[in-house]
Amino acid sequence: AGDGSGPEPGGGSDSPAPERVLFPPTFSVSEIKNKQRRHFMFLRWKQQQRKEKLALKKKRRKEREALGDKAPPKAIPKTIENQRVYDETTVDPNDEEVAFDEATDEFAPYFNRQTVPKILITTSDRPRGRTVRFCEQLATVIPNSHVYYRRGLALKRIIPQCIARDFTDLIVINEDRKIPNGLVLSHLPDGPTAHFRMSSVRLRKEIKRKGKEPTEHVPEVILNNFTTRLGHSIGRMFAALFPHDPQFIGRQVATFHNQRDYIFFRFHRYIFKSEKKVGIQELGPRFTLKLRSLQKGTFDSKFGEYEWIHKRREMDTSRRKFHL
Amino acid sequence: VVWSMLGNRQFCSYKMTTKTQNFCRNEYNLTGLCNRSSCPLANSQYATVREEKGRCYLYMKTIERAAFPRRLWERVLLSKNYEKALEEIDENLIYWPRFIRHKCKQRFTKITQYLIRIRKLTLKRQRKLVPLRRKIERRENRREEKALIAAQLDNAIEKELLERLKKDTYGDIYNFPIHAFDKALQQQDAESESESDAEREEEEDDDEDVDKREFVEAEDSELSDFEDMDKLETSSEEEQEEEEVEKKASHSKSKGKTPLKGPARRKRPYIEIEYEEETEPSSKTKAA
Repeated sequence: AGDGSGPEPGGGSDSPAPERVLFPPTFSVSEIKNKQRRHFMFLRWKQQQRKEKLALKKKRRKEREALGDKAPPKAIPKTIENQRVYDETTVDPNDEEVAFDEATDEFAPYFNRQTVPKILITTSDRPRGRTVRFCEQLATVIPNSHVYYRRGLALKRIIPQCIARDFTDLIVINEDRKIPNGLVLSHLPDGPTAHFRMSSVRLRKEIKRKGKEPTEHVPEVILNNFTTRLGHSIGRMFAALFPHDPQFIGRQVATFHNQRDYIFFRFHRYIFKSEKKVGIQELGPRFTLKLRSLQKGTFDSKFGEYEWIHKRREMDTSRRKFHL
Repeated sequence: VVWSMLGNRQFCSYKMTTKTQNFCRNEYNLTGLCNRSSCPLANSQYATVREEKGRCYLYMKTIERAAFPRRLWERVLLSKNYEKALEEIDENLIYWPRFIRHKCKQRFTKITQYLIRIRKLTLKRQRKLVPLRRKIERRENRREEKALIAAQLDNAIEKELLERLKKDTYGDIYNFPIHAFDKALQQQDAESESESDAEREEEEDDDEDVDKREFVEAEDSELSDFEDMDKLETSSEEEQEEEEVEKKASHSKSKGKTPLKGPARRKRPYIEIEYEEETEPSSKTKAA
């Protein structure tokens, strides 16, 4: 249709002759009124694009092989982790100051094996079914932990009682509309208190392909990616929940993995199939935490001294900046 | 006059009617109901008790000031002491109709009671409701999903466990052969293999059958439940004949250590494997 003009009569060897460039009136795919035809043309266009892209890739690969050693190095794709804004509080493994700090902070007695962790798990007032079950499962995951119901008691009053009964840590799971959504972790004899926002809580029965229940063995602990000073102290808080000597017979591992300020908790059972292969099977609940605030003393919302609070306006301005 | 106009018949803007009762919304009303005796508009001599910021005041209206709306209501601060305040009410409303006096005192009592309750509640813990911001919640959820994908948790955990195995934190529980020993053994095997391929193949087949049995099970039971391992074992024994011989090259390195490997690696007692171990030494002596 309408191809009368154009280079046909020339019988030209090269039809898009440079002098007489008269292309037929092109149409863009979006201008066709008929939806079926438009769709069809669009698919065709897409296929063409894909072909071109593939051809380009092949060509590049060929060039690369042809150059051999002299080929330019492969481009590393940019990821958020690559582009992360360098945090000046990143801990250097050889830093003496940090090592000294850690030897004298509130977790020192734990790391020197002077105290055995004993943990109290409780909830906010009137917990609903899901939270209760989650507390129970959490109690099986963390050895030497006890669950007590809140019954309207003030936290400030139960803390001295806990200290008197030799508890080392207090976990309060806050609930909203029948699902747990917050976690307050407080190291008891006058230790720091961390307040987290908890999300994606999965109970044991909701996890696919799960194994049997966790046994009573002490699990190992993996802490991944806690790089800054703040991350370090939070990591130590988590480590202080578990007894120091894991029982390898149990083959259980609890993982706290920090990625972009989200801490993922998983509980697995592992088995070494060979030297280079390990299989893991998820048991136990899983949840993710995001740190909201870290307080120096025990839980005190009014008069406490805050070491770190998440201030949305200041801290959420850059997508490449993380604090843990 | 006022009452016959407003209260009973025509419109009063403070009047609220419900099915059973009429209420008066006037802030100076003593009882809250729309009655002839409790309408502040219709009575020229009226008194109420109202509280402001925790302090109670007695408001009085007399007929002499009816012409001055600004100065109509006279305010008297009542003492904080309950009994004293009651006396003050009596004092101020002396010679006033009994109804107003009585109702004033009743109202005052109720007000003090609820003030006490307020003070008690503020001492107890109060639940602070923090509103969630929808945009922020959505943003955080999205970021969490992306972080989860970026984290690649399974890989990270596996890597960490293997590293710990390498660093020997597990001690002697797992008897996996060490790398250097493997390589040396592999080299040795490669040399001797090139010499007499055929013979070795036969012998190694026996060995490798046994070895393969263990390895094949490992391949199969990657992600399945460990509880199924019993069943797997029987199936793999059939499969071992199909295994390619090429695998022997990679497995030959562990020839030396396989007798120890089986029972140490298995966490569940598999008696069958131990049988296989016993047949091995006979073939081993031939190979060595």
